[in-house]
Amino acid sequence: MLGYIVRRVLVTIPVMGVVALFVFSLLYLAPGDPAAIIAGDQASPEQIALIRASLGLDQPFLVRFGGWAWRIAHGDLGTSIFTNLPVAHMIAQRIEPTLSLMLLTLVVSLLIAVPLGVLAAARQGTAVDRAVMLFAVLGFSTPVFVIGYLLAYVFALRLDWFPVQGYMPLAGGFWPFLRALILPAATLGGIYIALIARITRASMLEVLSQDYIRTARAKGLGQRGVLFVHALKNAAVPIVTVVGLGVALLIGGAVVTESVFAIPGLGRLTVDAILRRDYPVIQGVVLLFSFAYVVINLLVDLLYTLFDPRIRY
Amino acid sequence: MQRRDFLKAAAGAGVLAAPRLAGAAGARVLRFVPQANFANLDPVWGTQYVVRNASLLVWDTLYGLDSGLVPRPQMCEGHERSDDGLRWDFRLRAGLRFHDGEPVRARDVVASLDRWMARDAMGQVLKSRLDALEALDDGRFRFRLRAPFPKLLLALAKPMPNLAAIMPERVAATDPFKQIGEYIGSGPMVFRRDEWVPGSRVVFARFDGYVPRPEPSDWLAGGKRMLFDRIEWQIIPDPGTAAAALQNGEVDWWETPIPDLVPLLRQSPGVRVDIADPLGNVGLLRFNQLYPPFNDVRARQAVAMVMNQADEMHAVVGSDDALWRAMPSVFTPGTPLYTEAGGEILKGPRDYTAAKARLAAAGYNGEKVVMLVATDLAITKGQSDVTADILTRLGMNVDYVATDWGTVGARRAKQDPPAKGGWNIFHTWLAGLDCALPATNIALRANGPKAWFGWPNSEEIQGLITRWYDAPDAGAEHEVAAALNRAALDFLPYVPTGFFLGYQAWRADLTGIVKAPFPVFWGVGRG
Repeated sequence: MLGYIVRRVLVTIPVMGVVALFVFSLLYLAPGDPAAIIAGDQASPEQIALIRASLGLDQPFLVRFGGWAWRIAHGDLGTSIFTNLPVAHMIAQRIEPTLSLMLLTLVVSLLIAVPLGVLAAARQGTAVDRAVMLFAVLGFSTPVFVIGYLLAYVFALRLDWFPVQGYMPLAGGFWPFLRALILPAATLGGIYIALIARITRASMLEVLSQDYIRTARAKGLGQRGVLFVHALKNAAVPIVTVVGLGVALLIGGAVVTESVFAIPGLGRLTVDAILRRDYPVIQGVVLLFSFAYVVINLLVDLLYTLFDPRIRY
Repeated sequence: MQRRDFLKAAAGAGVLAAPRLAGAAGARVLRFVPQANFANLDPVWGTQYVVRNASLLVWDTLYGLDSGLVPRPQMCEGHERSDDGLRWDFRLRAGLRFHDGEPVRARDVVASLDRWMARDAMGQVLKSRLDALEALDDGRFRFRLRAPFPKLLLALAKPMPNLAAIMPERVAATDPFKQIGEYIGSGPMVFRRDEWVPGSRVVFARFDGYVPRPEPSDWLAGGKRMLFDRIEWQIIPDPGTAAAALQNGEVDWWETPIPDLVPLLRQSPGVRVDIADPLGNVGLLRFNQLYPPFNDVRARQAVAMVMNQADEMHAVVGSDDALWRAMPSVFTPGTPLYTEAGGEILKGPRDYTAAKARLAAAGYNGEKVVMLVATDLAITKGQSDVTADILTRLGMNVDYVATDWGTVGARRAKQDPPAKGGWNIFHTWLAGLDCALPATNIALRANGPKAWFGWPNSEEIQGLITRWYDAPDAGAEHEVAAALNRAALDFLPYVPTGFFLGYQAWRADLTGIVKAPFPVFWGVGRG
């Protein structure tokens, strides 16, 4: 197992290299010019050219990529063109809100979605099953921002239970922290709950038709024991896979959710950087997201062995 | 952990948070939602209005423009001008200090103006007439000019970017094409860099060492008296969220509510809504004059002949007719130089038959007209949709390139042929304040390669702008303005598409909100 982990970690290095090259090339080819944005409307073409030169944007592709890659290899993500702040500092400022939002969404979604999926599978074809699937379809098809606006209108503006927007760091107290995140997490969780509930139901239905489930029932095991001890554990591998894949969904959803609720997270940082063509920030954040995704995939692979002892690496 | 232990811990966390909240509630804090994201704070390097607005809190200027567009002394006590207009001596007010505690000295002023003149258009004209700018002692400095420059005070006072902000000499020594590293000014508020979260939150704390002028405040003139200890800018990119936050009392003042949400805000108890800037904004259609068809003035005139400002403005502000007016002029309505002399091409019924004949005379033969459209900005998108329809009805082959403002900003700077990555036309808008004067209206300049994107070349327009610089009094300025308007609406470096206003909204318990081209924080209080 340890050897497998080491191999996977080592494989991460070339993967990140390819991602870095891809991201850099994409931004190099993309239209837009940060120098023109910085120079503003007052600038002449000569002034734009001077700014471009001062930022090193007039250098050839290989020179720019080489310099950037060298700095990345030394742990330096560079400096934002616009704010003049280190990219690592900007990411550090923004990572707590995004991580908090994603973790809360993940935990709440799993706590709601898995029991719902199990319930729907156990009551297949009944009104309960249809209600759960209807909820799942709605959650999956309703845009995140619509859910966000509706929740904010009802629970913040009308009932005044939660703030409309903003983020309170955990250091500011647990309840203020939680209060600020409940609506965003509920918004972001809708699509995630729908996805996991559907997969849980499908996976459970497949497992529930297996012989060993019939055997368990035949020997007198109760419904709860059958569902949660025997069936769910064996249905867990596809669920864990979808939970892992769904993190990408969460990252995408976080961009919208952070904008709707004005949360100063990495999603908004990314959007702002893209709109301004702040290349070092875009590259840094995309690299971070890619790295996180690689790590999550590794964790998912390791979790397989926990749920299914037959899987060995 | 037991359930009760968990609840105790959570409650304890809440109790621990209480002093922090109480502290914030005790301080006099103004929570403000600015017009845009705030990414840097250099009043010379950064030209966005949002940067200018923040800079006005942190940095002071030697002179300040009042609501009558007259420059008044701000950091300066006064000045003396020689009879021939070639020597100007200025005296700084006593007691001026930077946020780091150091006194403001004349050599700080010299270094700051040197940096500013390298970037600012008016500053560059000043520099071209400058023999020397020198510090006489700590409190006095002198301009020695090769030729008179009657608009010197205006150049020092104007709030249009780039701002002639005064910073410490060591900071002002920064290359004008690079950002400054220290945000130290002598304005009424200190920028709290340690609390800055770019794109989310900007904090300013009151500068106790600031000594306001004794006169009443009037825009950038007079005493800048801060009635709040802290001003917190909260960047809320989503207008719906900003409106809800204002209704809920989570923010105090929203700089630019969109027209769609204004009826909702008007109905909200505890919220006030009014026009933000009496000088508003000016929409415009810009031509690339390097390539056909718009390198021929007749093609530009054909478009102006069918331009319907009412339609353009309805696309920008909706059905609220109080928010716009037609302007057959290159000057902002309501400002001293406004004139409609020569504006006939934008008045009266639109004549497509005559316009088509004018276009044919220009030799247009169905070539593609590349129109850059920033669809992420409602103002440019609305204007572009109307204009695309006009051009199509005129018989032009419109290539509607829908993209974002970042791409438009880069592509419009390219001088390549339209078919090879260049462009023919794009829409944008300028602040009304900028269009109040020939010197600050960038779209009016017609000095060819050095002109704004589109690169119009008209010696007549350039000559008239120079004449305005040299105009000794208001009468002479009005005379030049009329001639300039006639020349501009004949040559058409751009077509003005109309004048439009925007709203601001604030909590009803705020006092002292004024209408201005920028948020005026001094004099704003609560209760």
